[in-house]
Amino acid sequence: MAYEIIESCVNCWACEPVCPSKAIYEARPHFLIDAKKCTECDGDYADPQCVSICPIEGAILDPFGEWANPAGALTGIPPERMREAMAEIQAR
Amino acid sequence: MELKVIGQEASGGGCSSSGCGGGSEQIAHLPDSIRDKIKDHPCFSEDAHHHFARMHVAVAPACNIQCHYCNRKYDCSNESRPGVVSELLGPDQAVKKVIAVAANIPQMTVLGIAGPGDPLANPERTFETFRQLTDKAPDIKLCVSTNGLSLPEHVDELCKHNIDHVTITINCIDPDVGAKIYPWIFWKNRRIKGRKAAEILIEQQQKGLEMLAKRGVLVKVNSVMIPGVNDQHLEEVSKVVKAKGAFLHNVMPLIAEAEHGTFYGIMGQRGPTHEELQELQDKCAGDMNMMRHCRQCRADAVGMLGEDRGDEFTMDKVEDMHIDYEAAMVKRAEYQQAALATLEAQRNHTGETFVSLASLIKPKKETRPVLMAVATTGGGVINQHFGHAREFLIYEASANDVRFIGHRKVDLYCSGGDTCGDAETVLQKIIRSLDGCEAVLCSKIGFEPWGQLEEAGIIPNGEHAMEPIEEAVAAVYAEMVANGLPDKGEEKTGLRMGA
Ligand code: SF4
Ligand code: SF4
Repeated sequence: MAYEIIESCVNCWACEPVCPSKAIYEARPHFLIDAKKCTECDGDYADPQCVSICPIEGAILDPFGEWANPAGALTGIPPERMREAMAEIQAR
Repeated sequence: MELKVIGQEASGGGCSSSGCGGGSEQIAHLPDSIRDKIKDHPCFSEDAHHHFARMHVAVAPACNIQCHYCNRKYDCSNESRPGVVSELLGPDQAVKKVIAVAANIPQMTVLGIAGPGDPLANPERTFETFRQLTDKAPDIKLCVSTNGLSLPEHVDELCKHNIDHVTITINCIDPDVGAKIYPWIFWKNRRIKGRKAAEILIEQQQKGLEMLAKRGVLVKVNSVMIPGVNDQHLEEVSKVVKAKGAFLHNVMPLIAEAEHGTFYGIMGQRGPTHEELQELQDKCAGDMNMMRHCRQCRADAVGMLGEDRGDEFTMDKVEDMHIDYEAAMVKRAEYQQAALATLEAQRNHTGETFVSLASLIKPKKETRPVLMAVATTGGGVINQHFGHAREFLIYEASANDVRFIGHRKVDLYCSGGDTCGDAETVLQKIIRSLDGCEAVLCSKIGFEPWGQLEEAGIIPNGEHAMEPIEEAVAAVYAEMVANGLPDKGEEKTGLRMGA
C-alpha cells in the first residue's frame, strides 16, 4: 500500500526531502511517489511525512484513494464558503 | 514658480531635501557599525534606494508553515515572494543569473533569497547559492527573508557567508493572536495546528532574532498589519523586537482579495486603509526607524527597488551571456563610488530647499500638510508616465518640510490587458490606490486619466518632469498654498468657504 500524489500538486518540493524512504521524485506535470518504495512511513514516523508537510489539500491520496488532507483541513476555509466565494468571483 | 529654480540651484539633481534628511535623522541614533551597513542599502536607506538596487532569486520552493494571507499556488503579495509557478532556479542557475545581472546593472548591490517558500526550509539550495556567490562575486551582499521557524538551527551557517541582513516576518508575539494567523506549522516531523503551532513559531522567531543580534547581524522585522487580528498588537511587537536588537521594523498592509484564494481573501478579511496603516506606522516609529519605503517587492524582482527588469534576464537569455566578472567588478566599483559621491553631495545639501521654501511661502498660521503621489523609476527624479506607474511614492508636504511617507502598489495582480478587465477598471484601481493624496506628479499623463483624477479630487501634474522629487513636491505644495489650500474639513463639506 502506498500514498499517491495527484494533479493538484503544485510542485513545491516540500515533501521530497522529508520522505524517509526516498520514494518521492520530481516529475512533470507533478511530483510522484514510487509506490514500490513508499512505506507509509511505517516504522519511521507516526504520521506520513509527505502528508504532514504538503500545503495543498487533495494533492496526496491515502492508500484508500481518499484525500489525505481533506478540503478545509489545511487552510481552515470551510468548503461551503470556498464554493460561495468561487461562485461570487465567477459571477463578476 | 521661483521655488523650483531655487531647488534646482541647491542640488543640481537628485533628491536634496528633507525626505532624505529625514532618512539620515532616522538612522542617526544607530551605532556607527550599523549605520555604515545601511547607509547605502537599497532596502533601508531612503536616499540610497534611488541609486542602488537589489534582486531576488527564487531558489527556495518549500515552506514549513502556512500563513492565512498566503496561497502556495500563487505569488504571495504579502511576503514579497513569487508563487511556486514562477521561474524556480537551481543554485547553479541562480548564481549564473545573479552574475549576469550584476555585470549589467552596476547598481545591483544586494541579492536576496525570499522564496517562493522559506529559504531556511530549503537549506541546501539556499546555502549552496550563498556559498558560490560569496566565492565568485564577493562584492555582492546577501540577504534572506524567513518566517523564522528554522532560524535558530541555521544561524551558524548563515554567519559563514557574506550575509548583509536577515529579515524575519513576525506578525505577533502572543500565541492567541498567532493562532488566527497561522493555521499550521511542520515541526519535528509533525504537522502542528492552532495555538500550539503559533507558540512554537513565536519562540523560534524570538530566539533566532536574539541569536543574530548577538552576532552583530542586521535584523529587520516585517509585520503584516491585519485589522482586527494583530493591529492593536503590533505596537507591542515593535517594542519587543527592537529591545531584542532588530534595527528596523517594517509594517506592511495586509493584501487580501478573494481571487488570491487565501484564507483571509476568501473569508473577507479586509486590509488596513492607508490612514490606518500610516497611523500604526507612526505609533510604532517612536525613536525607532520604520522603513517607510519598502515596496513589498516581488521576491524575484530585478532592478531598482520596485522596478522589475526580470524580462531582460530570463534563464535562456542568461545562459547565452558570456561574462567576465573580474572586469565587471571594476566597473561596478566605479559606478558605486560615483553614486556614493552623488549621494554624499546630495546629503550635504540637506535642508537648503526646505529652509528657503518655508521662508518663501510665509505660511499664514499653519497650513495643513498634503499627501502627494509621485511616479518615478528611480534616480530621485519625476520620470515616469502616469499610465506606466505600477507604484507611487507618497510624500507629505507641509509648511516646514517634505517628508517621504511610503509606497503604494497599484495592484500586484494586475499586469494590464486581459488579466484585469477593461482599462477603466485599471484606472479606477490606480485612483483608489491614491486614496488620500491630493496631487499626483508624473512626467506625462493622458487626457482621460487627467479628467478622472480631477473628478476624484486629485490634481494631476506633469509640469515637473525630470525634476528632483522633493523640490517638485515642495513647489506644487507652495502653489496649492498660494491658491488657497482649503482645510480638510472644509474641503469635504464642499465649497462652503469659497462661496
Ligand atoms: S508516506 Fe512516507 S514513505 Fe510514503 S511517500 Fe510519503 S513520506 Fe514517503
Ligand atoms: S508537498 Fe504537496 S504540493 Fe508540494 S510537491 Fe509534494 S505533493 Fe506536491
